[in-house]
Amino acid sequence: MPEETKEFWRWSEKVWRDESIDWRGSRAITAGIDVGSVSSQAVILADGRLYAYHSTRTGSNSPDSARKALNGAMAGADMSQEDIRYVVGTGYGRVNVPFANRAITEIACHARGANYMVGPSVKTILDMGGQDCKVIRCDEKGKVQNFIMNDKCAAGTGRGMEVIADALGVPIEDIGRRSFEIDEEPPPVSNVCTVFAKSEATGLLKAGWSVNRVLASYCAAMAERVSSLIERMSVEPDFFITGGIAKNEGVVRRIERIIGIEAVRLPADTVLDPQIAGALGAALFAHALLKKEQKASAQA
Amino acid sequence: MIANYGYQDGSGEYYITIDTDRCIECEGRWCVGACPQSLFVIEADDYDDEVATIAEGARKKLKEKCAACKPAGGHESLPCIDACRPGAISHSW
Repeated sequence: MPEETKEFWRWSEKVWRDESIDWRGSRAITAGIDVGSVSSQAVILADGRLYAYHSTRTGSNSPDSARKALNGAMAGADMSQEDIRYVVGTGYGRVNVPFANRAITEIACHARGANYMVGPSVKTILDMGGQDCKVIRCDEKGKVQNFIMNDKCAAGTGRGMEVIADALGVPIEDIGRRSFEIDEEPPPVSNVCTVFAKSEATGLLKAGWSVNRVLASYCAAMAERVSSLIERMSVEPDFFITGGIAKNEGVVRRIERIIGIEAVRLPADTVLDPQIAGALGAALFAHALLKKEQKASAQA
Repeated sequence: MIANYGYQDGSGEYYITIDTDRCIECEGRWCVGACPQSLFVIEADDYDDEVATIAEGARKKLKEKCAACKPAGGHESLPCIDACRPGAISHSW
């Protein structure tokens, strides 16, 4: 019998809903859909309060990924798309969300989502996405003041981490923890390019490195690359990390070590997930835009 | 927001910077008429503020469009910067 292929890169898809809210009693149901290059999220708000979210993998078709994310968030709530009054699309595929009332850049949405999650003290946000990363400076209202993003190459981003997980046969959610199970911090791999890092990692294994040491070396290289981007912008605390890599302590703690500033962690018992920051920001924009429309029509 | 529009070539990085927070209160929109290549347009940003931006179709043609205003073109000062009274526009060249 052929051996079952294990997908080490596959991260847990997440669905959450606040069962204490009866959305039927809400006047404004709004949604934000973040269609990224690797993952898609949908967040639903009921009168501006977080009601439900779903985080899933982006497929080959952006409109289908947007629908899948939204359907997942609505599942079990007896809610249909018609019940949602305003939808904002964001992310790499934001112009391909067919049911969106408006598209807003992920830069603005991540800043707004981070502001909701952390509060007005957050001033610098690092969004570590599937195929890019951005450093965003925002004011106390979550409005973007400045931002910088990596160049065209996807080296040292979420997709690169997935490739390393598969190459080394380590579940992606274990990488952060295992990267600290070493005797001594190794030098970073010389190249975070997804293709070259994979061959370098296998080369290091052949040279006698342990898997954990290679993981530490890759996490360190990713942290170094991102830190150079952060330092170009300069960090003003509070500093918060969004996107999937925010959940990889192996990268986060090494970034903190390099830049000398600790990133804000969400409380352990929170329902919030740094990966939904973009969709959450989009949903907050949707709520504000719906209120603006309602006010305009009431005045007309 | 600080918005940069530009390009990179063998001789370096060149970009126009617009501080859109300074645009919001601008009543004259002088940059729109000042640019010889009509690069500046006024559009609503993500926050629904009407701010100056580089026209979508021109963003990848700045190398050619801005060439005449570079120092080699004999300009002592740049028409867009001179026209912008709120001081929102700056250049890297």
